[in-house]
Amino acid sequence: MKKLTRPRLTTVLLIVIAILIGGLVGIGTFTFGYAQGASYLKSDSQSCANCHVMQGHFDAWLKSSHGKFAGCNDCHAPHDGVASKYYCKARNGFFHSLAFTTGDFEENLRITDYNRRVTEQACRNCHQDLVHQIDINAIGELQNDKTERLESNACIRCHSSVGHDT
Amino acid sequence: MNKSTRQISLSTLLLVAVISAALCFGVVALLTNIFERKQEARTTVMRVVEIDDNTTDPAVWGKNFPLQYDDYLKTADMVQTTYGGSEAIPQAPTDADPRDFVSRSKLERIPQLKQMWAGYAFSKDYREKRGHAFMLTDQLYTERQKVGQPGTCIHCHASTYVPMKELGDGDIMAGFEKLNTMPYMQAKDHVKHPVACIDCHEPETMALRITRPAFMEGIAAYKASQGIEDYDVNRDATRQEMRSYICGQCHVEYYFKGDKKRLTYPWAKGLTVDAAYEYYEEENFKDWTHAETEAPMLKAQHPEFELWSQGIHARAGVSCADCHMAYKRVGAMKISDHHIRSPLLNVNASCGTCHKADDKEMIARTEMIQARHQKLVEVALDSVIDLVNDINAAKKKGISAEKLKEAQQWQRKATFYVDYVEAENSSGFHAGQEAARILGESINYSRKGQNVLHQAAQD
Repeated sequence: MKKLTRPRLTTVLLIVIAILIGGLVGIGTFTFGYAQGASYLKSDSQSCANCHVMQGHFDAWLKSSHGKFAGCNDCHAPHDGVASKYYCKARNGFFHSLAFTTGDFEENLRITDYNRRVTEQACRNCHQDLVHQIDINAIGELQNDKTERLESNACIRCHSSVGHDT
Repeated sequence: MNKSTRQISLSTLLLVAVISAALCFGVVALLTNIFERKQEARTTVMRVVEIDDNTTDPAVWGKNFPLQYDDYLKTADMVQTTYGGSEAIPQAPTDADPRDFVSRSKLERIPQLKQMWAGYAFSKDYREKRGHAFMLTDQLYTERQKVGQPGTCIHCHASTYVPMKELGDGDIMAGFEKLNTMPYMQAKDHVKHPVACIDCHEPETMALRITRPAFMEGIAAYKASQGIEDYDVNRDATRQEMRSYICGQCHVEYYFKGDKKRLTYPWAKGLTVDAAYEYYEEENFKDWTHAETEAPMLKAQHPEFELWSQGIHARAGVSCADCHMAYKRVGAMKISDHHIRSPLLNVNASCGTCHKADDKEMIARTEMIQARHQKLVEVALDSVIDLVNDINAAKKKGISAEKLKEAQQWQRKATFYVDYVEAENSSGFHAGQEAARILGESINYSRKGQNVLHQAAQD
């Protein structure tokens, strides 16, 4: 057996890595297609129900008051820019994939703090005219820091089932 | 210089390779998972054996429904909650009782019960309730059997649908009547399994169905009292009603009517404790005569269905199965959890569907209700015992037969009321306010009984 010299070892390694990366791209592309990944880039609510765990939420949303006017993204994705919208979708997509792959999640599903803040802001995106005065009455002049009004005067504290059950 | 550059690039290359491999691993895992879920969603039932209306053995059903069957087997688990459940106590098996573990005796924990039930089989042996898996053995080896129990008991302690059909040549009503009249030891030879799939499900469609004659008759009598004539539960009940009626076949108050020991639910006047008591009064029924006071007594059983129906959850349309068999997801499928147990052992799935608070908070709320309930039960039990002791003393001193009878009547009523909620299996949770009302009434009846004695002593 001839001993590999260093340059040749590097070449072999480069080939291996190229194969691995190529494989990743190939498998990734196939998975993306098989999982209907492109559908997640748009705003069709049906694509959220690609995954079985969301079927109940989807069914309830269809019959809810918001079912005719707002899709999943309208309430569950940020409205302050394309970048933050796709950051949100990517972030949730990653954690959903992780949770479903490992099976490490619990039903009933519970919203995370990050997503709760997104939803809270989304309510205000459509209903700002209505709640602006409520916010001022409830907590005085609006601060730049939105945390306080989100915590103390959150829409979904009282309207938690809006968009799904009611 | 040249060499060191090559070394750095080597380790970088290795790092890239490792990351790339890890990503490949993750993506393939995700891909496989999605593939599995899609396959599962395609075939929800794999029919590997034929099941018909005579298949009693749950293991056979389990071949077609392995997920539900696996959960069903878990009813053998013994888990304690703060106010319920059961704890496994090791026991040396004997010929008379081959169980190697049993649950704790409630007679030792609640000493008032022994005197309250003096002269009745329940004062010999009364234990924490265990899961469905134990319903046959626990009934067979309870000390109460020494008194000799009727075959009627087997109606709920075994899978009796097929045995009833066989005994009645296809007619469960006829089979039911035959089982009732047998002694328990003879009836037990006709059954093999604890409650099984066929007792709740129609084998062709898996639809829920009622198989217990006593419930069919009881619910029809109740509906008649509500002005609904000719009620056939299997024809007229909604699916959501069925998700409670199934449990109500056994988790109820009942008595053995007449010489034939016909199992009967006292619902002809309604589902409340007051309706049941009124019914027993009209029937002039007694379970036993109290060994100390000689009062004609009633033993309340375990009216889970009735008490639930008086509560806020029933009012809101929440069925037994919603909390005790909460939906769960297995892969792409959503199934009812057949591991029937306390919702406190499965809080998120049971309570979380409606209540957004976290598990700890839900347990705290429940235990607050149960702790208050427990306190009231103790007071009511003490009150009954006070009345029993006072009647005993009055008998010794000499009391008119008329006054004694009056006091005994209050003892009968006070005992039935406190027993109705003590024997109920939710520690007050199924209907907290109704349970408190019943216990308040019981305390009042004990007090009224004592007043009778007090007046008799003054006359």
